[in-house]
Amino acid sequence: MTTEVSETADQKPKASSSSDQAEVLVSVKNLTKHFPIRKGVFRREVGAVKAVEGVSFDIHKGETLGLVGESGSGKSTTGRVLLQLDHATAGSATFEGQELTTMSERELRKLRPRMQMIFQDPHSSLNPRMTVSSIVGEPLKEHADLDAAGRQKRVEELLTLVGLQPAHANRYPHEFSGGQRQRIGVARAIAMNPDFVVCDEPIAALDVSIQAQVVNLLEKLQEELDLTYLFISHDLSMVRHIADRVAVMYLGHFVELAAVDELYDNPLHPYTQALNSAVPVPDPVIEATRKRIILEGDIPSPANPPSGCPFNTRCPQVEDRCREVNPEWREVTEGHWVACHVVEPKTQ
Amino acid sequence: MRGAYLSGKDAVLEVSDLSTEFHTPDGVVHAVNGVSFALRSGEFLAVVGESGSGKSVTMMSMLKLIPMPPGKIVAGKVMFDHQDLLELETSQLRKVRGGEIGFIFQDPMTSLNPVLTIGRQITESLELHTDLSGDAVNDRAEELLTMVGLPDARARLKSYPHELSGGMRQRVMIAIALACSPKVIVADEPTTALDVTIQAQIIEIMKELRERLDTAVIWITHDLGVVAGLADRVIVMYGGKIVEEARVGDLYANPQHPYTRGLLGSIPRLDQKGQELSAIEGSPASIRAIPTSCSFAPRCDYAHDRCHTEVPVLREVGAEHMAACWWDIDGERPRL
Ligand SMILES: Nc1ncnc2c1ncn2[C@@H]1O[C@H](COP(=O)(O)OP(=O)(O)O)[C@@H](O)[C@H]1O
Ligand SMILES: Nc1ncnc2c1ncn2[C@@H]1O[C@H](COP(=O)(O)OP(=O)(O)O)[C@@H](O)[C@H]1O
Ligand SMILES: [Mg+2]
Ligand SMILES: [Mg+2]
Repeated sequence: MTTEVSETADQKPKASSSSDQAEVLVSVKNLTKHFPIRKGVFRREVGAVKAVEGVSFDIHKGETLGLVGESGSGKSTTGRVLLQLDHATAGSATFEGQELTTMSERELRKLRPRMQMIFQDPHSSLNPRMTVSSIVGEPLKEHADLDAAGRQKRVEELLTLVGLQPAHANRYPHEFSGGQRQRIGVARAIAMNPDFVVCDEPIAALDVSIQAQVVNLLEKLQEELDLTYLFISHDLSMVRHIADRVAVMYLGHFVELAAVDELYDNPLHPYTQALNSAVPVPDPVIEATRKRIILEGDIPSPANPPSGCPFNTRCPQVEDRCREVNPEWREVTEGHWVACHVVEPKTQ
Repeated sequence: MRGAYLSGKDAVLEVSDLSTEFHTPDGVVHAVNGVSFALRSGEFLAVVGESGSGKSVTMMSMLKLIPMPPGKIVAGKVMFDHQDLLELETSQLRKVRGGEIGFIFQDPMTSLNPVLTIGRQITESLELHTDLSGDAVNDRAEELLTMVGLPDARARLKSYPHELSGGMRQRVMIAIALACSPKVIVADEPTTALDVTIQAQIIEIMKELRERLDTAVIWITHDLGVVAGLADRVIVMYGGKIVEEARVGDLYANPQHPYTRGLLGSIPRLDQKGQELSAIEGSPASIRAIPTSCSFAPRCDYAHDRCHTEVPVLREVGAEHMAACWWDIDGERPRL
């Protein structure tokens, strides 16, 4: 056990001990994204889907920040706004200290190669009429000073790196299995040597045995290419495996963020506790005696969120103030953030 | 040969040598290749395996629910209530479906009728399969919705499917499946489309219902976590065949087929943090010809000559434990 821990500590800066020293790559303050709801012939705005509601966090250079939460909680939107694929409604996001939300299209284009995204569905995110070689080579055309031969060489290099045969460069996406298609998506994302990659549910559409292959690949690439990941997933066990720190989202809000072991061993927010306990453990002996926190009801609609704490309608520990005041996002112990009235400030 | 432990009176449903093909423009897909298993009365049987391994087609074939054509059940027997379901007339089969054997599917939207109220869909089934009539039907419908934990059951009877959340719709599906006190419920990935806290609600309801009702359940899933807490026994499928079958504790503690080991190894474990996951290399291929070798051999670390020339038979490797593999994984030598 101890040797294992020190080994990983050598490879990656461990987030728990590094919140002061670690270099911040991405910094987010009160980031908000509302999607207008329009009705009628005049497309009048009648409301808004509050997809992301004032989230604040940092991503450290070289780490994997896991982002978990149920569907509709705003994970993808957070990732897309970070990469400026969607415009923020309010708040700030910086990359190496440069503000992204107000950046001109020209400046953004220069920065794009350094921030990439891997999508959930390798099926719909790859153009079926393009060969693998042109899919992976496309970003090189736009951004790198390579001639056709140079691009070809780089594509072959990339395919090898992600575990595909360079000889298959002229095939089309449908000729590959789901896992291989995801490798193509990964190759395209790393083509321009990015620093930061948002992995949005990269394994959700894959079979169990293939998920492990892709996660192993992402971990290998992170080490070899010094990548920083935002790893979005609803699979809490896989996030526990891959992440250094983990943030939990609910109805557009961050409700908790901590170093991975701290978050799973000592979850403070009632939602994190429930989410954690809802995940079935692949061990009949443990399952036979495990007690679950079963939440009542469904997640409210982000078009019509409850007042006060977003979780108050399902929270087993709800108090009066939770229905009135949205709890502050605060650091209760070093590196452990939570937004909950009920959590006592810890003295340490 | 199948173990003797399951034959006879104990089994409520017995499938033998079931084979189903699909004749597509691209050729024949051998979706199910000689599947045999028995379901004991009241037991919870999980069927696991990757997508395309033949789980759904096996269960749909039992009640001739596959589209024919392109589908074709080419062999097999499905004994239920002293009769072979595959020999029944369509009208008789319709009575079994939704009556003595209930189905729950992954996506309730496709099996619920969008223009009928929830109440109407339950009472329709009750009228078709039971002797209840008049107020008794409505009372029973309300009772069923309460049983699956739908708040405000009476009011909910008047709701349409689209007015309910995914989790509530799945509860309604369970209520409909339970409506006629079936002997068997087949649930095909019923929680796969749901969020984890909603999945936990559904699992909890299934556990409660198991205690209260004497219904045997076949639960299809690809999630070995869900299986661990629910099942009595587990069947593992690969390439349209059963490759392993065991009591749930034995399967996790002592998996005998390399594929089962691989699946369990692919799941991240706490004590392996910071290590590579032990992934199974390659990916499953669809079965284009009647297998003449082990379908898993191309991905298997233990494959040897025989695996490429002879289909392994499913046989007893321990107490109530069967595996189809030419390699003795504990003895570290080929099986004879
Ligand atoms: N382009 C869009 N227009 C309108 N609503 C959107 C759009 N994208 C996302 N949403 C809504 O925002 C909320 C958050 O969505 P998303 O970020 O995709 O959540 P997650 O990735 O956690 O499942 C959802 O209610 C979703 O329907
Ligand atoms: N209607 C169909 N037409 C053609 N092939 C089919 C059809 N339904 C299923 N199959 C094929 O049968 C095989 C088994 O499928 P299925 O039983 O659905 O797998 P599982 O449920 O284990 O994911 C797959 O190769 C699938 O493509
Ligand atoms: Mg998403
Ligand atoms: Mg299926």
